[in-house]
Amino acid sequence: MDVKNKISRRKFLSLSLVGIGGISLLSLGALNKKPISKWRFFTENEVLILDALVEQIIPTDESMGARDAGATNFIDKQLMGPYQQFQKDYRDGLKLLQQSSMEKFNSKFEELNWENQTILLKLIDKDELKHSHWEKGADKKFFSMVIRHTMQSFYGSPKHGGNKNNVSYKMLKLDTPIIIGQNRYK
Amino acid sequence: MKNKHVNAIVIGAGAGGGAVAKELSFAGLSVVLFERGGWAKYDDVYDDELHSQRIRALGQAYGPDDARHCRVIENKDGSTKIIRPSDGGFSEVAACVGSGTVSYGAMAWRFMEEDFKLKSIYGAVEGSSLSDWPISYSDLEPCYEKAEWEMGVSGDETQNPFSPPRNKPLPMPPFSHNKEALILKDAALRLGWHPFPIPMLRNSVPYDNRPACYRMRTCVGFACPVNAKAGSHNTVIPKAIETGNCELRINSLVSEILVNDNGKIYGVNYFDADNKQQTQSADVLIVSASAIETARLLLNSKSKFFPNGIGNGNDWVGRNLQGHLYTGAYGIFKDEIYDDFGPGASIALCDFNHHNEGIVGGALLANEFIRMPYQFSEIRPKGEPYWGLKHKEFQRNNFKKVARVMGPLQEMPNFNSRVTVDPSVKDFWGIPVARLSGERLDADMKGANFIAEKAEKWLLEAGAEFTWQTASKGKGVSGGAHQAGTCRMGNDPKKSVTDPFGRVHETPNLFVADGGLNVTNGGFNPALTIIALGYRVGGYIANEWAKGNRFK
Ligand SMILES: Cc1cc2nc3c(=O)[nH]c(=O)nc-3n(C[C@H](O)[C@H](O)[C@H](O)COP(=O)(O)OP(=O)(O)OC[C@H]3O[C@@H](n4cnc5c(N)ncnc54)[C@H](O)[C@@H]3O)c2cc1C
Repeated sequence: MDVKNKISRRKFLSLSLVGIGGISLLSLGALNKKPISKWRFFTENEVLILDALVEQIIPTDESMGARDAGATNFIDKQLMGPYQQFQKDYRDGLKLLQQSSMEKFNSKFEELNWENQTILLKLIDKDELKHSHWEKGADKKFFSMVIRHTMQSFYGSPKHGGNKNNVSYKMLKLDTPIIIGQNRYK
Repeated sequence: MKNKHVNAIVIGAGAGGGAVAKELSFAGLSVVLFERGGWAKYDDVYDDELHSQRIRALGQAYGPDDARHCRVIENKDGSTKIIRPSDGGFSEVAACVGSGTVSYGAMAWRFMEEDFKLKSIYGAVEGSSLSDWPISYSDLEPCYEKAEWEMGVSGDETQNPFSPPRNKPLPMPPFSHNKEALILKDAALRLGWHPFPIPMLRNSVPYDNRPACYRMRTCVGFACPVNAKAGSHNTVIPKAIETGNCELRINSLVSEILVNDNGKIYGVNYFDADNKQQTQSADVLIVSASAIETARLLLNSKSKFFPNGIGNGNDWVGRNLQGHLYTGAYGIFKDEIYDDFGPGASIALCDFNHHNEGIVGGALLANEFIRMPYQFSEIRPKGEPYWGLKHKEFQRNNFKKVARVMGPLQEMPNFNSRVTVDPSVKDFWGIPVARLSGERLDADMKGANFIAEKAEKWLLEAGAEFTWQTASKGKGVSGGAHQAGTCRMGNDPKKSVTDPFGRVHETPNLFVADGGLNVTNGGFNPALTIIALGYRVGGYIANEWAKGNRFK
């Protein structure tokens, strides 16, 4: 549906300052300053961590995993669109994950072997990581968010930057594009 | 330029408002129908789960949009949270011509006779403001019939022994069952229950110049690609416009109901498509903005005559906010049971809508519409991981082997479950937003568990190898897509907001016609009842108008 925003952006921002308080896009400006990268939001270093993380969430087996299916690309794209509000969560979360990895295994997360990556994530998932860097519960909250977005990238429409070559639809034996019972009538 | 005075203003082009606009314009009244959204197009979101009305991860395809709308949720401990339409718990229906009736599941339920007199049948319920309706089923029966024939409903109510009495059969035959429904049907019969095909606001055969359903399965959360699903946007609203008496004014958001120096309601202020404020006057006004937004609009319309908002002298506007707790179970079958054959939801039973030992009311049980891959990634029995290889394998192995049976539980109205306007948070136009507070009652938890057990029993009998219930996720703030109750109709002006024809007690010419009127919300999806109420309110005004009543 057409929901063209017809008031100037400036006016909206000032209105929302009065009204909605800080929920929306106000922190954008500051976060946009980043080193040069071929990504929209992430730095190259962040991409290394996130690629490893999403691959743990949906690993490669007989079909492609989340990394190769474009999860990082999906998240990067949405962070400059509907997921602007999560920019800071990603920036901080990836940094803290890296710190936790260094602390526990004395190695970067993306360089850990598969088993140790899993061990670290399971600790986070069970809320059992020692919270030296994270605020209480923040690690689990971050991980849950990345799980949610990774699932969206992998199982949602490829047009948003993930689910490369309809990989998940093929895996689920669905007609592609998705949900098209009408194929039987073609 | 000043807008020309009209006979009637209808606010909201959804389920209730569409029927009202049709009745009034057919009776010759000049009508302006306001809708804050625009026309929804199927092509915009046809296969995009992340944009559907069900998932909305990347936005609300049918509105309202995140950029301009928000609400406040007040938790039990008094803490508050600002939420946007794409967040869970926002409680949106939609914001487009047709509103919920564009992307809804289109189940077309009549409430049962019992649903109009719960208090008389069951007595008082602890903590609940439960009451009978001021009208009976038979008062609404002709309006149900009108809704069924003018919008088009398919089904066969003779197969449902609990179906309330009717004068005329449904205009279209029922849909044939899909694979899952056939299996469930046999199981229900073995259990001695009474399964039947779900009545649907959908064409099983061509009807009213719209084609028959072609059985794809984007049947809920999406618009229908061929207009086989009936909503107000493709039935009553175009018909109202065709009379030449009704102007549909889209992208126009009403901000306030206006009162003159004599205390008389004479029109509205609204923001047009360019966000310019305008005024429209009329003799009679009907608010059909859905239960939450209608309450918000009345409460935001303060004047020296109505210091607490219009119709709110008794502090009842916005109270008794209800929805439906969905309760049921999932089952995993040995073989594939999902065949992607629309409308998906195909079989139901009403064995547990009433007369359940120890339960007030109950719920219908039906199978589920649609299965979407991302949505399924969050559907797991307890103990199953939510990530990792095992999660992926579960997804691969079970996507087509899972069935769900569920129903909307009759919620007990709670006087403290309510809509107020937030003292500080405003939307994009500077209008105070709705604040939702209160919670469901213990009685609902009991009912939810009871129904979930029946659902599980049904699935097991059908051959499910493993089942799990989805009963209560905690009480939480009520509302949701089935929001109702905030402008209760009643005979006693001290204990209700409108009279039995939807007229706001404190006023001669302001009416409500949407889910807000529902005294109780049935163990059924409410759209057909809301549409029937629209016909009732619209029909009443049209009749009075013909007799010369100008609601002064
Ligand atoms: C995904 C989904 C599936 C559903 N499935 C079913 C089903 O199978 N069966 C069933 O019976 N029900 C179903 N429903 C519920 C049904 O759609 C609602 O109960 C019904 O639409 C509510 O009717 P209403 O008239 O109260 O409000 P609505 O239909 O929501 O109409 C309100 C209209 O008012 C407009 N509006 C609000 N405020 C303003 C303002 N200030 N100015 C101008 N316009 C305004 C809104 O944009 C909207 O168009 C479903 C809903 C959803 C979202």
